[in-house]
Amino acid sequence: MTYSVTEPSDRQKWIAGFLVIGYALITLMPLLWIIATGFKSPADAIAYPPKVLFEPTLEGYVNLFTTRTRVTEETLASLGEPTTWYDRIVRQYDMIIAGPSRYGERFLNSVIIGFGSTFLSVFLGTIAAYAFSRFRVPLKDDLLFFILSTRMMPPIAVAIPIFLMFRQLGLNDTHAGMILLYTAVNLSLSVWLIHGFIEEIPIEYEEAALIDGYTRFQAFYKVVLPQAATGIASTAIFCLIFAWNEYAFAVLLTSGTAQTAPPFIPTIIGVGGQDWPAVAAGATIFLVPVMVFTILLRKHLLRGITFGAVRK
Amino acid sequence: MVTSTLERAAEATPPGAARRIKGLSDRAIAWIFVAPSIFLLLAVNIFPLIWTINLSFTNFKANRNREVEYIGLRNYERILTDADTWATMQATAHFLFWTIAVQVLIGFTLAYLINKKFKGNDMWTTIIVLPMMLSPAVVGNFWTFLYQPQIGLFNYVVAFFTGADASSFSMIGEVALAPWAIVIVDTWMWTPFVMLICLAGLRSIPESIYEAAECDRASKWRQFWTITIPMVLPFLMLAVLFRGIENFKMFDLVVQLTGGGPGNTTTLTSIDLKREAFEKWRTGYASAYAVILFVTVFGLASIYVKALNKVKER
Repeated sequence: MTYSVTEPSDRQKWIAGFLVIGYALITLMPLLWIIATGFKSPADAIAYPPKVLFEPTLEGYVNLFTTRTRVTEETLASLGEPTTWYDRIVRQYDMIIAGPSRYGERFLNSVIIGFGSTFLSVFLGTIAAYAFSRFRVPLKDDLLFFILSTRMMPPIAVAIPIFLMFRQLGLNDTHAGMILLYTAVNLSLSVWLIHGFIEEIPIEYEEAALIDGYTRFQAFYKVVLPQAATGIASTAIFCLIFAWNEYAFAVLLTSGTAQTAPPFIPTIIGVGGQDWPAVAAGATIFLVPVMVFTILLRKHLLRGITFGAVRK
Repeated sequence: MVTSTLERAAEATPPGAARRIKGLSDRAIAWIFVAPSIFLLLAVNIFPLIWTINLSFTNFKANRNREVEYIGLRNYERILTDADTWATMQATAHFLFWTIAVQVLIGFTLAYLINKKFKGNDMWTTIIVLPMMLSPAVVGNFWTFLYQPQIGLFNYVVAFFTGADASSFSMIGEVALAPWAIVIVDTWMWTPFVMLICLAGLRSIPESIYEAAECDRASKWRQFWTITIPMVLPFLMLAVLFRGIENFKMFDLVVQLTGGGPGNTTTLTSIDLKREAFEKWRTGYASAYAVILFVTVFGLASIYVKALNKVKER
């Protein structure tokens, strides 16, 4: 190894590593706590001192996906032995499963609205970014800045007229309305990020293709798209995560049919307050996919969160 | 406005290029590709903005069907002379100042340490980043559980290290503590953002500068203040800009954590606006409020961007 004045000494590396890992472990605690609480019984969840070691149970998950009613002991006895593991869990509390809860629907809404708006915003963003990058668009910088500035507005401030507009158009509490709204909100991100990715592709490739007799469209989808594929894919994940996490519009504009998971999870209640194991179970199912995506995205993370302003 | 811009876009594309290739001309493609995005943004952002400005001069209430009257600047006057508005602004300022200050301090320190390139630094960086990507509403809701007196993990840990009684304080229930409770959770979530940007800044500094300084026998301390800090500063300022705008808009996390309480201690502007617009249904008044917020964000952001560009030029 060559000697370098800027290479930190081993001792410095040790201290730095120790401090960073310490911080990482602290920061990870709340997340691990969410996952652990999902597997606790209600009694363990609110035990003092907080329990690190406990007997894992799927009660939280059963409660998350079902609605239950309390029955008298005679009724319970008349039902005979529970046949499934989830029945067994519920019967301990003199209850029976009355039906599925709303969680499944809300989760599905999140999936539909998330994927729908991601597809649309990435599609529109890609073609707009291509045009901005490859054609001489006058006022290009102004238009790009206008697109970015739409992201600066507080969602609540825009929500008032959107609420009135949606009410007029019958879009309140519909999947179509939410997809359209999230598409518009994510457009700034997708145009800016994909514009940056396309700018990095040398224009000579397309020129060569055009000379070879490709049309613009062919050059676009046979030359540019494959080259920008990784960038577009990571942009899509950022859009998906945003739509997935969005709360302000969802809580104001949806209440039933199109409600997504974020406004729903905090409303999961049990007997006497929030049913923390069920809330934690719902949060775990909702958050873990994002954690996986974050790990997959780590190379493009910085670029995504700064709208392409910082590229590593 | 759109049409003229797009037409100029089409005209600017040299006709030679358009004729040279088969299929649609370049100007037509530019047209087709940009128009849908601009149209959607006009419909979902600019049109509502104009509508908001219009509503802000009225006494409209969205839950009633009465005659709408134009009342001039009365809404603005009421908002700006209302003591509650200023209390809200103060709560927002407190939140903004402390989250940015703490996040810059911790975020920069972490980036500096990670840049020592110890073994496995990539993996730990990814772990630190996780909270930032999660749903603020869902996470905020769970933090109320961590903040519970007695059974909450946060209270337990604080009690463990300070010897205080875990049930003697409630982070989100006490007027003195609630503003700090939201600062803590926001810091937990968003410090990684500042850290990542600082890290990019640190990695952009060429080694040769340090080598030259070493030749000149500059101390490490001096190198830090005359090379590292000035070179990272534009990045740091960008991070502050992003955090500033985001936290000025802050809604989901704090609504779930404290709901603006106790009393009005953590009622940030967005929360106040939501109450006016969707609980009290004072639509006209809330629209004026929204306009004031726009102007504030855009005003502060553009002043800041000017300062940022000055730093970059140096």
